[in-house]
Amino acid sequence: MARDEVTVETLNRALAGVRSVSASRQVVNIGDRVFYLIVRFVALLIVLLAFLLVADLFRGAWEAIRQFGLKFLVGTTWDPVARQFSTLPTVIGTLVKGFIALLLAVPVSIGSAIFITFYTPRWLRPVISYPIELLAGIPSIIFGMWGLFAMVPVVRMIQIWLKAHFGWFFLFDGPAVYGVGVLSGSIILFIMITPIITAISKEILLTVPRSQFEGMLALGSTKWEAIWKVALPYARVGLFGAVILGLGRAVGETMAVTMVGGNSFDLIHSLFDPVHSMASQIASEFSEATYSLYVSSLIYVGLVLFGITILISLLAQFLIWRISKGKLALLD
Amino acid sequence: MKLKITTAAVLLLGLSAVSGQALAACPTKGVEELTGAGATFPYPLYSKMFSEYDKACGVKVNYQSIGSGGGIRQLSEMTVDFGASDGIMDDKQKADAKGGAVLHIPTVAGATAVVINLPGIKSGQLKLTPDVLADIYLKKITNWNDKRIAAVNTGVKLPDLTIAVVHRSDGSGTTFIFTNYLSKVSSEWKDKVGSSTSVNWPGDVGGKGNEGVANSVKQIPGAIGYVEVAYAKQTKIPWVQLQNKAKKFLEPTLEGAEAAADVSSLPDNMEIVITNSSNANAYPITGFTWLLVYENQTDAGKGDAVAQLASWMITDGQKFAAPLDYAPLKGVAQKKAMALVKKIKVNGALVMK
Repeated sequence: MARDEVTVETLNRALAGVRSVSASRQVVNIGDRVFYLIVRFVALLIVLLAFLLVADLFRGAWEAIRQFGLKFLVGTTWDPVARQFSTLPTVIGTLVKGFIALLLAVPVSIGSAIFITFYTPRWLRPVISYPIELLAGIPSIIFGMWGLFAMVPVVRMIQIWLKAHFGWFFLFDGPAVYGVGVLSGSIILFIMITPIITAISKEILLTVPRSQFEGMLALGSTKWEAIWKVALPYARVGLFGAVILGLGRAVGETMAVTMVGGNSFDLIHSLFDPVHSMASQIASEFSEATYSLYVSSLIYVGLVLFGITILISLLAQFLIWRISKGKLALLD
Repeated sequence: MKLKITTAAVLLLGLSAVSGQALAACPTKGVEELTGAGATFPYPLYSKMFSEYDKACGVKVNYQSIGSGGGIRQLSEMTVDFGASDGIMDDKQKADAKGGAVLHIPTVAGATAVVINLPGIKSGQLKLTPDVLADIYLKKITNWNDKRIAAVNTGVKLPDLTIAVVHRSDGSGTTFIFTNYLSKVSSEWKDKVGSSTSVNWPGDVGGKGNEGVANSVKQIPGAIGYVEVAYAKQTKIPWVQLQNKAKKFLEPTLEGAEAAADVSSLPDNMEIVITNSSNANAYPITGFTWLLVYENQTDAGKGDAVAQLASWMITDGQKFAAPLDYAPLKGVAQKKAMALVKKIKVNGALVMK
């Protein structure tokens, strides 16, 4: 009896509390306040870190900026002996490798994400998606080692065949066949970014409301039509984000491309040419950069890479904005 | 009885002399830790030496193999007790060093092998002259059946195969020694490319590290590259014989590298790259690797400890070099290195007498 009274009283008090909260939202809980301060602090910390990073890049690159200015971006010489530095070939090398990787990775990743989401029974999903997610966590050096020792010889055989049969086409022409180069770099990047794009795409496709999808089926559409006309348009913004994330990783990837890219400073003319990537160039040369203009030029490369990353993300934002406004609807 | 006492006294004296000597070899003066940073090339040797030195003298040496450039920078900022480099500091770097004059104390010499991948040609079978090697790297000789290669290789069947030139893409002391050699033997190389830890290569493929170069050479028929001798040995890549200054063809060996360092004309400061050595038995692509130490030390304990360490490395420590394929210092080179160690001062007073 007594216990019942206590319970009722507690309940009443709690109800009163709820009422007072909804009556006036001014009630301040100390825990709430602390939590708010903490999250505000960490958010500001990240913004501050980003600004400090850019400022420090500028500071480090200043000597090279003063020396070379914007010519750094269009020149084609990287000569530590003559103290002449510029970065066009590596910028092009980085972007070309990144985009080829993306070209290969997008159909594969989105295709496998569709398969996992719509064609695999629920109990089987983890069996397929777990190895893919595992692949996303493998360190880049492992990919590099595998690429150098196992993949490059195979790529070289493919190159020999391509050169023999399609050598008249400029992309498949080269002075010699090295194995390492643009093609190997692109393929290793493709293998590295596919798991990431797949894993994110899968999560996004799972958010497509089952009712919409099933509704389409009920209307008599095939599964293919339901996926193509309902699921993909619903998920397009998210899928696009996944692809951009993959491109970001491809552009910033260092170790694996260093090991299979061939690392030359010349402008590329074909898929067979060896070429450096910006990130791998910085990592390769930083430790032995023996004078300050050299170090500064490498930091300048880093600044340019940072700028490219920002441009890619802005472009992505813009495209997503266009898509979500329906002006660039994928499937109408 | 008297005799016994005398014997005992002599024994005691002897014992104290021995322990005194041991102390003299490792007077730690309370310093138990030293930090160094720099070259990656001598790292396998240094880590062996430092672990032995720790056992012998109880001084722990933390060595970070971050590359010669990094070693020079850290020494300049005085964040390490000593630096290590495969190259000589240039004038600007010397001027930037906050602690004043820097001594270049050589520890060992190392040779760089020129490796190839030519079907049917065994290690040591192919001969190359300096001008041919330079012109291959300048991309002026582009096929293995070139007349100039054939001229020094009578009896060797050279294939009609495009030469793929492989180089290190990361900045490295090996590249410095290799390009320094090419600059000495080819004026065109010197004018067009020059010598540094990383250069503007006329061609073809860059590989990361010894393993990157070795692997590209192994995979591409017709490839030529350069790697440290120890690495070429371990991975069994065929190498070539190079003609030295005395017109003698030599394979890269420890003896050849030792001979390169054994010339009477070494300067007292040892700031010399011994590529293209005048010794008749010298393998031509050989270079020293140096410890970088401030001549005037400010910390008495550390200054002393660094001097003792350097002295041990160029004397007792030398026995660890050959098993790891580094060429130990001999003769004049060792004497001059020791003379440099003896120049180390703490606040104006010489550390080692």
